Amino acid sequence: MKIEPIVGRYARISGCRMYFEEAGQGIPLLCLHTAGSDGRQYRAVLNDRSITKSFRVIAFDMPWHGKSSPPAGWQKEDYRLTTGAYTGMIMEFIREMGLERPVVMGCSIGGRIVLDLALKHARELRALIGLQSGAFVERYYDAAWLDHPEVHGGRACGAVAYGLMSPLSPETERWETVWHYMQGGPGIFTGDLHFYQVEGDIRSRIGAIDTSVCPLYLLTGEYDYSASPRDTEAVAARVKGAKMTIMKGLGHFPMSENPEAFLGYLRPVLDEIRRG
Amino acid sequence: MIEAIAALVNADPAIVRWGRGMNATFMVEVGDAQYLLKVQDGKLALEKGPFVMRSWSFAIRAKEECWKKFWQNPPAPGWHDLFALLRRGDVKFEGDQRVLMAYLLYVKLVLAAPRNA
Repeated sequence: MKIEPIVGRYARISGCRMYFEEAGQGIPLLCLHTAGSDGRQYRAVLNDRSITKSFRVIAFDMPWHGKSSPPAGWQKEDYRLTTGAYTGMIMEFIREMGLERPVVMGCSIGGRIVLDLALKHARELRALIGLQSGAFVERYYDAAWLDHPEVHGGRACGAVAYGLMSPLSPETERWETVWHYMQGGPGIFTGDLHFYQVEGDIRSRIGAIDTSVCPLYLLTGEYDYSASPRDTEAVAARVKGAKMTIMKGLGHFPMSENPEAFLGYLRPVLDEIRRG
Repeated sequence: MIEAIAALVNADPAIVRWGRGMNATFMVEVGDAQYLLKVQDGKLALEKGPFVMRSWSFAIRAKEECWKKFWQNPPAPGWHDLFALLRRGDVKFEGDQRVLMAYLLYVKLVLAAPRNA
């Protein structure tokens, strides 16, 4: 038997009972999961001794996701994530947990929101890492089908997530990633996509990001077509000082679909941040 | 490459299980060539057209060169998933989208099966 060093706890934050996992000591590194999934996507980062010896890695499940509860009265309304609510929730978590100038790393919707954090909270953060960052993705399929009584949401969400991964990523890790999607509550993936594909268009604002206050790293898998290398390149072209890397052979969920390859890209970034 | 699709799918229980409960026929167009894929509880039968006045639940249409790239093993980035083609407008979904979305994982696995031919 092997017991992992990851510890999971609950906290009352943003009016919700929120679940988070952590491992390691040192510089706080807060990890933001993708739309419709949860913090388990960062299992390999939390288990990587070379990272946790210098970083306190924390991954929460957003309210409504994973083991976190939705707010009281959730049954009366549609869940719809917005830029303001997302950034507000992240900063409240940081304050309530007493995390001092953390590094924040987010993927997909998390890779989008780090751009908003760079604009609004740069001085409170040590560095930002955007995985699969794009400033906006226009709708190219009808996400309403992912929350429809005549379509099994878990199966449909899993099918969408499956295709976003690289065919070169290990099968076991890909299907683990699909499983997380299949476990999401009804309407949660769709509600997150409201931010990603409708409300959260940050294109007109990203030119004001100042990377001399808070460094910004952009890592994008080449097989992603939702936040494609071209989308990330467009961000990097607008944000002076952003450091971009295109990750060969990886897709939309690099930390979860191919942890070993992803860690090879992440460790040098964290070393650079640690050296300051 | 699509000619081998039924044999490849029916020999793979890991694909068939995702089509359990599906009893529908869908159209796949490879350029001008039409194919009807008849699904019975996950098992597949392929019929090549052209067809006159045949019914189908939904249709998936793309140019022949798109399918050729889609069926490469391994496919290049941007050619590895139906929705990758959809974002660029290289594939069209028509008909009953509810059936397509209800069995999306099965349909994706079925249409990717010729990569293993």
